[in-house]
Amino acid sequence: MKKELGIFILLIALCVVTAILNPRFLSPTNLTNMANIIGMFGIFSIGLGLVIITGGIDLSVGSMFALAGVLLSIALREWGLPWPIAALFVIIVPMALGAIHGTLVTQMRIQPFIVTLCGLLLYRGLARFIADDNTKGFGNAEGFETLRSLASGKFLGLPMPFVLLVVIAGIMWLVLHRSVYGRYLFAVGRNEEATRFSGINTKLVIASSYVLAGLLTGIAGILLSFYTNSISPSTHGNFYELYAIAAAVLGGCSLRGGEGSIIGIIIGTALLQILQNLVNLLGIPSSLNFAVMGAVVLLGVLADSYLGNRSLKN
Amino acid sequence: MPLLEMKGICKRFPGVVALNEVDLSSDTGEVVALVGENGAGKSTLMKILGGVYQPDGGEILVDGEPREIQNVEDAMRLGIAFIHQELNVVDNLDVAGNIFLGREPRTKPFHLIDQKKIHDDAKPFLARLGLDIPSDTRLDELSVAYQQMVEIAKALSLNARLIIMDEPTSSLTLAETNRLLSLIKELSSQGVSIIYISHRLAEIDEIANRAVVLRDGENAGEVARKEISHDRLVNLMVGRSISQFYVEPKESSKAGYFQARNLRSSRYPDCSVSFDASQGEILGFAGLVGAGRSEIMKALAGLDRTSQAKVCINDEDIEIRSAKDAINRGIYLVPEDRRSEGLVTEMSVRENMTLPDLPRYARGGLIQFGREREVANAQVETLKVKTPHIEALVRNLSGGNQQKVVLGKWLAMQPKVLILDEPTRGIDVGSKAEIYQLMRTLAEKGSVILMISSDMEEVLHISDRVAVMHEGRITGVLDRAHCTETNIMQLAVGQSVEVAKPACSE
Ligand SMILES: Nc1ncnc2c1ncn2[C@@H]1O[C@H](COP(=O)(O)OP(=O)(O)OP(=O)(O)O)[C@@H](O)[C@H]1O
Ligand SMILES: [Mg+2]
Repeated sequence: MKKELGIFILLIALCVVTAILNPRFLSPTNLTNMANIIGMFGIFSIGLGLVIITGGIDLSVGSMFALAGVLLSIALREWGLPWPIAALFVIIVPMALGAIHGTLVTQMRIQPFIVTLCGLLLYRGLARFIADDNTKGFGNAEGFETLRSLASGKFLGLPMPFVLLVVIAGIMWLVLHRSVYGRYLFAVGRNEEATRFSGINTKLVIASSYVLAGLLTGIAGILLSFYTNSISPSTHGNFYELYAIAAAVLGGCSLRGGEGSIIGIIIGTALLQILQNLVNLLGIPSSLNFAVMGAVVLLGVLADSYLGNRSLKN
Repeated sequence: MPLLEMKGICKRFPGVVALNEVDLSSDTGEVVALVGENGAGKSTLMKILGGVYQPDGGEILVDGEPREIQNVEDAMRLGIAFIHQELNVVDNLDVAGNIFLGREPRTKPFHLIDQKKIHDDAKPFLARLGLDIPSDTRLDELSVAYQQMVEIAKALSLNARLIIMDEPTSSLTLAETNRLLSLIKELSSQGVSIIYISHRLAEIDEIANRAVVLRDGENAGEVARKEISHDRLVNLMVGRSISQFYVEPKESSKAGYFQARNLRSSRYPDCSVSFDASQGEILGFAGLVGAGRSEIMKALAGLDRTSQAKVCINDEDIEIRSAKDAINRGIYLVPEDRRSEGLVTEMSVRENMTLPDLPRYARGGLIQFGREREVANAQVETLKVKTPHIEALVRNLSGGNQQKVVLGKWLAMQPKVLILDEPTRGIDVGSKAEIYQLMRTLAEKGSVILMISSDMEEVLHISDRVAVMHEGRITGVLDRAHCTETNIMQLAVGQSVEVAKPACSE
């Protein structure tokens, strides 16, 4: 709880500073756009957070977005699939890939970093190959307006991705912090051996976290595709896994596993996105975008370990 | 003038006063035993002396001069070496590399490690300890006992004048223990002081010049060499005398209630082990370290990935493919290594207690925290676990109390067959008696208890029968009437004993 409070204060401070420096920060357009982006990023960051809590990592998220986007466009426009089936397809593919990652990690005992690094290269290549390296999109094609409005419409004046994030975060909060399965995720991340000795199928628990991450990646993938409306397979979703990892770490997840919370991950996501917004609004050259992000994550983690050490000594 | 004096040492942790005005002193060449119940503050006091913790109050005098010990380097500079219970060796370096870690001799122009000199320098220290291992043996090829000796050699190479040993014998065999004890006597005659923590009072009787007793973080008394006796120490430690230490068995009932057939472990794939146990029996498993006792029990509990076990409980055949199978059938294992296998030390006492049986405290997949807390509190109470509250991290409990948490995990679940691998390692005398009592009560309620132990006294007094293993096989089973140290040792080295019986009926 203390951890989350710290970066929550940082988040508020950042908002206040930005709002003072540039009142446009509080304009409805900007706020709506922020909510939209935080919604999308939050959803898949939660998925990656779960994997990190088990002591794993998933580097393939960004490439999965490219693959999902390309497949969605093809399924809807070229194969003419009804939208519910196309959407299901695009969610199932990342889940299946997650299952493969999970199996390789648990059964073949290959390190998650390696498995998903190969995934990162593989799926990006696959997406480009399928799309013939051409930009795919939805243009003004018809027949899937419902899906489009589900992904990029509004509900009670709020952008759909944000609404979805709230719902998903609520469910995942129950799963992670209140359910038996959630307890197992933490236990596996802290001491897999002792958890196995307690009669828990640790392989299944670990593998399932990759599948869950796949599910959330699939959902976010659909939202993202309609947000950009065109998918250039070589750049779509590039580096997005790093945003998620950074958000999770800022939010209190430890890459050693066994630590983290849904609230923390969401605050971390919001912090990163607002930071980007600040870079834009304050007219800082956008080439410095990543540098600013890197610096802030580093500072956040440093502050956290400093405070952590102090409380240990007392 | 004493070599070391600690005066009025205080140390508080959140929710606990670990030490309150504790005094301790040691003369040159003296062996001081530090005893007390689990959580009495022994390790904490030594960690303060070793520079691991800072005291909240009190002073430390070395050679009569007040000293601040801020960190481990300060302690080393004052000639204080600390051999922790969890050894701090680097497995993939050789003996010489470990002794001189961080102080390696260098060759001239390129500043590389001087391989010849490092081994030459190591030899005298090994010789002083009477160790006949080559100095280029990798540490992971050595047994725990030898690794410990290497740590002692390292301490000597640092010119240690005072060596602290925190429960050094808890994972040693009988022979290794004797060897360590005679080494300690030798060191003390060479003028090295030793502070020795142990729960085995017989060892203290043998080597200590003086015993200092702690109780609840305070000095409870001192006993001079001549007056050291089991009863005297127990009385000071616990504040009362323990009348009934071992519980005698009643006639055990149903023979052949539990049958294990052809168990195999990945360590001895060619040996199969079968044995029978009666309902209500405590069957001890003795043997030398490495005889394959723990491995067989892991196979029985479904934890050996390469093998499956076939057992029969009360005429019902059961196949065990995974830990879950075993647990569903009421077969539980309390593993030997509590830190890596028994506990998730970064989780709370409550979360550890309920981990194996969590679905029972849940409805619709969601944990009911109230029920979970109830069970955890109940277990903490029955086992007298010393913890400020059930939300404390297990990491912060004393060694013996961690062991009680591991036991509590399984006792809440009504075992049919309870396998205990070194159940009282690191446990104080008072709690030992309580645990023996618990085992006996469980047995009388109809559980089968399989107990691996390297503590000869425990094996002799607790078991109804003793199965002895040697290199992956059971060499014989001894009835209570024939349980003697000589018989057990003979079977343990693979010789036959006339009165020994086969392990199963077929
Ligand atoms: N880092 C810590 N944080 C909080 N409490 C601690 C910490 N270390 C020790 N304690 C508490 O201080 C008390 C003394 O612990 P200590 O480890 O010194 O006991 P001990 O005498 O060595 O016991 P044992 O025989 O079981 O090893 C215990 O109640 C323990 O829970
Ligand atoms: Mg201790």
